[in-house]
Amino acid sequence: MSVNMNLNDDALQHETEPKGAIINGNKPIDQLEAANRFILAQAHEKMHDNRLWDLRKKRDAQMHLIPEWEELRQLASDIKEHTLEHLAYYLEIFEKNAKANGIHVYWAIDAEECNAIAIKIMKDHKTRTLVKSKSMLGEECGLRHAVEKEGIIVIETDLGERIQQLDNEDPSHVVVPAVHKSRTDVSRVFTKTLNAQAGNNDIHYLAETQRETNRPYILKAEAGMTGGNFLVAETGAVVVCTNEGNADLSANTPKLHIVTVGIEKVIPKLEHLAVFIRLLSRSALGSPITQYTSYFRGPRQQGGEMHVILVDNTRSTRLADKQFKAGLKCIRCGACMNTCPVFRRSGGLSYGSTYAGPIGLILSPGYNKHKFRNLPFASTLNGSCANVCPVKINIHEQIFTWRVVLAEKGELSFTKRVMMQAAGKILAHPSLYRAAISNADRALKYLPHFLVYNNLNTWGRQRDLPFTPKETFHSWYERNYMKKGKVHE
Amino acid sequence: MKVGLFIPCYMDALEPEVGVSTLKLLERFNLDITYPFDQTCCGQLMTNTGCQKEAAATEALFVKNFAYFDYIVMPSGSCTHQVRANFTAIEQTEDVKHVRRNTYDLVEFLHDIIRVDAFPWASFPYKVAIHYNCNALRGLRHASMSELREPYFSKPKDLLKKVRGVEFVDLERPDECCGFGGTFSVFEEGVSAKMGQDKVIDQYKSGAEYVVSADSSCLMHQKGCAQRMKLPLKYVHIVQILNGDLQ
Ligand code: SF4
Repeated sequence: MSVNMNLNDDALQHETEPKGAIINGNKPIDQLEAANRFILAQAHEKMHDNRLWDLRKKRDAQMHLIPEWEELRQLASDIKEHTLEHLAYYLEIFEKNAKANGIHVYWAIDAEECNAIAIKIMKDHKTRTLVKSKSMLGEECGLRHAVEKEGIIVIETDLGERIQQLDNEDPSHVVVPAVHKSRTDVSRVFTKTLNAQAGNNDIHYLAETQRETNRPYILKAEAGMTGGNFLVAETGAVVVCTNEGNADLSANTPKLHIVTVGIEKVIPKLEHLAVFIRLLSRSALGSPITQYTSYFRGPRQQGGEMHVILVDNTRSTRLADKQFKAGLKCIRCGACMNTCPVFRRSGGLSYGSTYAGPIGLILSPGYNKHKFRNLPFASTLNGSCANVCPVKINIHEQIFTWRVVLAEKGELSFTKRVMMQAAGKILAHPSLYRAAISNADRALKYLPHFLVYNNLNTWGRQRDLPFTPKETFHSWYERNYMKKGKVHE
Repeated sequence: MKVGLFIPCYMDALEPEVGVSTLKLLERFNLDITYPFDQTCCGQLMTNTGCQKEAAATEALFVKNFAYFDYIVMPSGSCTHQVRANFTAIEQTEDVKHVRRNTYDLVEFLHDIIRVDAFPWASFPYKVAIHYNCNALRGLRHASMSELREPYFSKPKDLLKKVRGVEFVDLERPDECCGFGGTFSVFEEGVSAKMGQDKVIDQYKSGAEYVVSADSSCLMHQKGCAQRMKLPLKYVHIVQILNGDLQ
């Protein structure tokens, strides 16, 4: 048996890092194929599972310290729902107040427009280097690559995100982008790209190396970029939460600060911010608050400029879709990923999508039904995700609904389609069903196919087959009750 | 009280003894029990794959078989959840609504409806770990959930406490999904098996001799993993303990 109960750190440091899903144009992502490779890297899988489960446990501990936890979640959900109901209204208030604070505000319908606006602002300011803090919207829009194409150097300032940038890989998790990497994996990347000492996988050394090599860029960069966790309509401010203070460095060191942010991030008032701040870091990392919660209300004095790009990129389409609209409440805390038993064992890169894990299963098909058609099936529908979600998104119900939508749109795999048609027919007809399992011989031949809905090999590869008894309950009942006239009818 | 007994398809074929235990246990409480002979399945397989159209006729057959009972009882939280929450492929007639409203999983039926206060015929002097099927736990609320800040409760445990000798052991991850997930277990075999292996390791480390659940489907999967890994764990449906079948 290949299951190893006692993998040690040594095994981890010697194991090759598993890579993510194979991406091939618009072809459906085979999440399972990538997940299987992740699981084969036993020590990495175990490290990943443990790290994220640890975050889940810390989150639980924080929850138990807050008596009003469930009320807070309800409140957060209500505020988001209200805001989404009146999204245009609050966005316009935000725009007005931000402009009054001296912020330039832009509207971008999609990724392309967002990138074009950002690039234009940078070119107008003769930007050669951009320092950037982590932003999922930036990932969604492929912003870094678009900017690099223009010959501008982009430096990610978040440690995890920088590791991923240097390794030419997407972030694997919305909050901890390099959580799938071991110390040695990071050391290999830094040796190759930052001239770090080969074989030195001490975490302090690695963090220091990153800091030392990043600082000069931060000092000389002409532009800084951040995302935004919240937009406060009432004050026209942008709020950014980080643990490394890198958003502040990115935003405050250069004179030019560009914010790219999704339109769903707006909240009505400053007083609402407290609700989300109390939930965000507790849900994400199990810490009471992020180390830095930065509140940008306007450009720096003495020649600073602040530009905010409000990005739609399918959000307004989702807003109009009753079934999936609630996905817009997401505050990107990653708690659903941490708790997801499939995510912990597959790695975020197996999803081949900017948004991985439970939230990814419901957001990704909204961007591309065909490419992401397998994702809603990468779930047991266990529902843990919805329970940890600080804004109470009905994640598992939406995963289920996506399956229905995909089936209706003809996006089920051939195997699934054929099997379900056959099963639907047999199960609706008692005589067909009974004939199919009428005697032990037939049942033995037929049951594994029928009951595990696939072939023997798939079930039996890593699991023993269930014992097949001599008779069904049905025939036992017939023998013992019907023939003896015990039927109560 | 007219009670219709539903035996899930996989149980009918692979674990008939659990069906027998269920019938025998219910008979102890002087209920008017009928097993409608034309039953097949709850349709979960098609529904969970998104195939509403393919599920419709199976749902209709279920309703036809069970519309005349006061209660519909089945030894499966997962199938109960399917009927109660997901019977939406067919028109919601009065019969459909009646069936959905009055379908209970065996644990709920014993705990909430007929409120059994003792199982004097049963004793089970073993160390037991409870496995909660996710639909039973988060859909039917068999127990409090570790993700929420809510008072602790557990209906299966309440029932088992009424059996002499049962000793409970705790899992490190008490309500982590075991990876069965119906078709997930074969369509997503690699992840499913890994989850199953982790689950049985947790059970093994807890010191449990038996793993007990209100759902045979998860157990089939866990048992398959444990046997392959040569772990000395035994898997039983809760009804087998409550009816005193394993003494
Ligand atoms: S869906 Fe909920 S739990 Fe998941 S990242 Fe978004 S807010 Fe967090």
